[in-house]
Amino acid sequence: MSQILTVNDLHVAFPTDDGLVRAVDGVSLTLSQGETIAIVGESGSGKTVTGLSVMGLHKKGATQISGSVLLKDGDSTVDIVTASDEEVRQLRGRAVAMIFQDPMSSLHPYYRIGNQLAEGYLVHNPGQKKQAHTRAIEMLDLVGIAEPAQRADEYPHQFSGGMRQRVMIAMALMNSPQVLIADEPTTALDVTVQAQILILLKSIQKEFNMGILLITHDLGVVAQVADKVSVMYAGRVIEQGTADDVFYKPKAPYTLGLLKSVPRISTHGSARLKAIPGQPPSMINLPTGCAFAPRCEYTSDAPGDICATDRPALLGTDSMHLSRCHVAEPTRDNLFVKELKEVRS
Amino acid sequence: MLNFIVRRIIFAIITLLAVSAVVFAIFSLLPFDPAALTCGQRCTDQIIEGNRIKLGFDKPIYIQYWLFLTGIFLGRSYGEGAAAFTCPAPSFGYSFNENECVTDLLTEALPVTVNLALGALIIWLVVGVSLGVIAARFRGRWADTTSSVFVLLGTSLPTFVTGLALLIWVTIKWKLVPLSVIGYTPFLENPVKFLQFFILPWITLAIAYAALYTRFTRAAVLEILGEDYIRTARAKGVKERAVLLKHTMRAVFAPIITLAGLDFAGLIGGAIITETIFNLPGLGRLTLRSVTEFDLSIVLATTILAASVVIIMNLIVDMLYAVLDPRVRV
Repeated sequence: MSQILTVNDLHVAFPTDDGLVRAVDGVSLTLSQGETIAIVGESGSGKTVTGLSVMGLHKKGATQISGSVLLKDGDSTVDIVTASDEEVRQLRGRAVAMIFQDPMSSLHPYYRIGNQLAEGYLVHNPGQKKQAHTRAIEMLDLVGIAEPAQRADEYPHQFSGGMRQRVMIAMALMNSPQVLIADEPTTALDVTVQAQILILLKSIQKEFNMGILLITHDLGVVAQVADKVSVMYAGRVIEQGTADDVFYKPKAPYTLGLLKSVPRISTHGSARLKAIPGQPPSMINLPTGCAFAPRCEYTSDAPGDICATDRPALLGTDSMHLSRCHVAEPTRDNLFVKELKEVRS
Repeated sequence: MLNFIVRRIIFAIITLLAVSAVVFAIFSLLPFDPAALTCGQRCTDQIIEGNRIKLGFDKPIYIQYWLFLTGIFLGRSYGEGAAAFTCPAPSFGYSFNENECVTDLLTEALPVTVNLALGALIIWLVVGVSLGVIAARFRGRWADTTSSVFVLLGTSLPTFVTGLALLIWVTIKWKLVPLSVIGYTPFLENPVKFLQFFILPWITLAIAYAALYTRFTRAAVLEILGEDYIRTARAKGVKERAVLLKHTMRAVFAPIITLAGLDFAGLIGGAIITETIFNLPGLGRLTLRSVTEFDLSIVLATTILAASVVIIMNLIVDMLYAVLDPRVRV
């Protein structure tokens, strides 16, 4: 498996009237062909901003970006952060494509579905109108839309939510991109439709040998499709590892909190959901120490505690499973696995 | 669609009946004698009574209204014997002040006003929409700031100020355009004279409206640029130029056309100030004159005409909207 996307120490900040919003603060990840990496985190943790950075969709003037986003395009590699607008535009939709959270509002209400799909092809293959329309119908067929030729002539409002998300996926596939960024692709859909879309994404990944960057806050989705997981909190990756490792042997207190807060049908009616107390910190005034410390139950309130003064680094005894926490790793391993067992029993 | 149009037309007819009835009622309640206004200073009771019978003012108000309505479809005759005369259908009555059938007065005035409104509409749409797009595209930069100065001036300066200023400087001081006493010439007869006649009134009207349209377009473009489907277009790799001019403008045009249709209709009935400043023999001035002279028949006709234009434009705008927005299509 060859690497097709490497994000290195990515920082994205938005200057606002209230101060600099550090939306992404040193994110690194590596995506290979046919692999799915899930970026998990709550709203405002920087996962969508990371996705948009890979697409080069941030406004140059209104954003401060540093680090590198290396995208493989055939034999060459382009750094999205430093490349020109025009270079990045030529990559968008061709080498890297993105599907968005809300398929209701992500399609242009005034254009026919077929034309919207064909446009994605025409932008990168000017003048090939006929091929573009054939390709559009092929892709609609591939994502499971019945009678694709007829439906290509319809408008978005004639499609249901799940069908529109299929259309969005078809649109992303128009130029067979190597990398697909799926930003909460199932959040706006019914639960039954969610499963269908995930299955579709999986089968398409196989067919195109694509790397998928799946942005989600839904741990159920992660468990179903992800190979690797990066958990984000306050703009930083707080834990990363294989899906199994993160799910069964969480190392960051925040990940543990997330896993504990998943509602379970087996829980008795009287048991309350174990929510993480408190609110995520303001992205303008991050705590000097660990960003999660104010909500963490493993930190001590003693003045001068390391959690309040120092930022933990992304470390781990296993180089494939890293986390940010000041508590000694063996201590955490014992504690967390036991706690998780209690909740899951 | 056909069903929709038929329904709207029936509704339009009812509205027009109501409008004409109200105008009729208002004038019949006014404390003056319409027949007394039909002759000049050396008037005798005999002439007044003669005119009263001739014009039907002796009959009860509902009969007068009925005669007015039937006149529109069948034409109407006044007086008897040798002095009798007829206003052929569609007849909106007879004006004694002007000694003419109202329909003839309207057919003289209407082209002037329609040309005035149409020319102004084209200018303000082109200027207003382009300025709005430029302001939105370069938001916060000098182009945006400059356009907001124009918006402020255009919306705050009344047409009698801009109109008179244009008249004083362009026509009288700089003599760039001859005074409009040359009179109305149809475009096909003499395009140069036509343009000389209309250019200043067009600009006067267009400035006020272009300012409003600049503000509206800028806001609409900025709103649409924030839509998810614009992000989708960018994600496809569409060039920024096409994102703005194709994807964004497609969505901005529908509300602009609605607005333009209604503003155009409004001008047909009431470009009174501009027509007066530039001495244009249009509907606005005809209405103004007939109001000051209590010439019921003309006021009634122009009011109904203005109402019909508003109703018809509404219908056209609704149908255009259905063409532009697939979600509205039946």
